[in-house]
Amino acid sequence: MSSTTANARPAGFSFAEYLTCLNGIVWREALRFLHQRERFVSALVRPLVWLFIFAAGFRQVLGISIIPPYETYILYEVYIAPGLMAMIQLFNGMQSSLSMVYDREMGNMRTLLVSPLPRGYLLFCKLLAGTAVSLLQVYAFLVIAWFWDITPPPIGYLTVLPALILSGLMLGALGMLISSGIKQLENFAGVMNFVIFPMFFASSALYPLWRVQEGSPMLYYVCQWNPFTHAVELIRFALYGKIDWISLAVVGGCTAVFMIGAILAYDPSRGLARRGPAGGET
Amino acid sequence: MGRNDSAMTTPDAPAAATLPPDAPARSDAAPAPALVINGVNHSYGARRALIDVDFTVAPASFTALLGLNGAGKSTLFSLITRLFGIQSGQISIFGHDIGRAPGEALRLLGVVFQPRTLDLDLSVMQNLLYHAALHGIGRRDARLRADEVLERIGLADRASSKVRDLSGGQMRRLEIARALLHRPRLLLLDEATVGLDVKARADILAHVRQLVTEQGIGVLWATHLFDEIVGSDSLVILHQGRVLARGDVATILAKAGAHDVNSAFMRLTGAQSGSLAP
Repeated sequence: MSSTTANARPAGFSFAEYLTCLNGIVWREALRFLHQRERFVSALVRPLVWLFIFAAGFRQVLGISIIPPYETYILYEVYIAPGLMAMIQLFNGMQSSLSMVYDREMGNMRTLLVSPLPRGYLLFCKLLAGTAVSLLQVYAFLVIAWFWDITPPPIGYLTVLPALILSGLMLGALGMLISSGIKQLENFAGVMNFVIFPMFFASSALYPLWRVQEGSPMLYYVCQWNPFTHAVELIRFALYGKIDWISLAVVGGCTAVFMIGAILAYDPSRGLARRGPAGGET
Repeated sequence: MGRNDSAMTTPDAPAAATLPPDAPARSDAAPAPALVINGVNHSYGARRALIDVDFTVAPASFTALLGLNGAGKSTLFSLITRLFGIQSGQISIFGHDIGRAPGEALRLLGVVFQPRTLDLDLSVMQNLLYHAALHGIGRRDARLRADEVLERIGLADRASSKVRDLSGGQMRRLEIARALLHRPRLLLLDEATVGLDVKARADILAHVRQLVTEQGIGVLWATHLFDEIVGSDSLVILHQGRVLARGDVATILAKAGAHDVNSAFMRLTGAQSGSLAP
C-alpha cells in the first residue's frame, strides 16, 4: 500500500520541509498579489499622490531644518519619502490582515491551519510573505521617486532593506493581531479609522517631531509612543546608511510582542473556538 | 443518558481505549485504529455541542458519521483537525494524539471541509502545489503527485484553469485530490456532496469508496443523507452532540429493530429527543 509506506518516516520535520513550506506561502502570496493588479497600482498611487501633490503644495510652507540623518537642508519631498515608504508597508500590513479575515470567512485559512507544520511557524511564514510583497511595492515606489529627485546614496537602497524587512514584519504582525480580533469582513472599515489614519498622522512621517512639539506637546508624546514613528525613523536613517538604535529597539520589540500576540490569538482554543464553526456548519 | 447505556459498541473500541495516547502504530502489534475519539466533550459557552463522544475508525474502512444539521459533525471535524482545541477527551490518529503530537497526526490526515477551501483565483495546479508546500513536499515531487491525482480525477486537462471556472462537482473532486496529495492514511469528508447534482454525488462517493478498497485509506464520511450509506459501511449516529449508535449497519439495524438506516435513525433519535421526526 503506497500510502502506508509513504508515511513510514521519522518524526518531526526537516529543514528542507520548513523551507518548502515558506517558499510555498510566499509564492502563493506573490501570485495573489500579481493577480490583483489594482492592488499593486493603488499601493503605488497612494504614496505618489502624497509625494506629487501634498509634498509639492507644502514644500513652501514646511521648512525642514538640518536634522539627523540629513547633513544639509533638504526638500520636503525628500523628508516625507521614508514616511511614505512606511505608509506603503502600513497599508500592506493591513491589507494582509484583511486578506486573512477574508480567507477565514471563505474557509481558505483552514488549508493553512491544518498543515502539520507548527502553527506559529505557518503564521510567521505568512508574515514574511506579506513583508516580501511590501518590499516589491516600496522598491517600485523608490524607482519612481528617483525621477522626482529623491536620490538617497546608492548604498542606501541596500542598507534600507533590513529596516524595511523589520518594519514590514512589525506592521504585518500588528495587522495579523488585529485580524484575529475581527469577526466579520464588514468590520474591517473600522481598522482604517482607528488604526491606519491615527498611526500615520500621529507620527514623524509628514513632519519632524520638533515641529509637532512646538504645536502640541501632548501630540508629541503620542507620536513618540507610536511604533509607526519608530518604523519611519528606522527607515529614514537606514536609507542614509545609518542606524537609529532607539527606533531599532522599539521596532524589534514591537515586532516580537505583536507576533507573539498574533500567534496566541490564532491558537485554536483562543481563536476559532471562541467563535464556533463557520456559518451553516454544525 | 450516558454513552455506555445508549451506544452500541464496535468490537475494536475497547482495544482503542487502551492505546498509549501518543504512541505510533507498531508493526508487531495489531495495527492502530485510523482514528480514535475517546470521551470528547465540547461546549460553546453554555451550549454543549458534543457530549462524551466515543468511536473509532478502522484502517481501510468506510465509516459514515450520520447526523442532522446541528448534530455536532462539523465541531467534531474541527476538533480532529485541531482547528479547535480539545476541551476534554482524547483524539488520536494512527496512535498519534492530536493534542500532544499534532504534526505527526495531521501528517496522516487528509480533510475535505464542508465549505469550499480552494483559492478561486489560483489555477488547479497552483492550488495543489500550495497544499503540497504546506506539507513540506518539494516542487518537483509535488508536480508529479499533482499530475497523478489530476489524471485520476479526470481533471488533467484543467490543470491550468482557474478554480473559479470549475463546476461544483469538479471543485469537490479537486478538494478530494488535494486532500490525498500528501498521501494520508485517514481521510475526513464533511458533507462533501452537499449542493451537488445526483451524478456528481454518486461519482464522488464511488471515488472515495474506491480509495478505501484500492489504497487502504480509512474514511470518515460525515453526512445527513441516508442514501449515501450502504450495508458494508460502519456507521456512527450522532444526534444533539451524542453518539446514539455505532457499529456496522446490520448490527445497528438489528438493535434498533429497523429494516433500513432511515427507520433506525428515526427510532433512535425519537427515543432520544421524544420526537420521531428529525
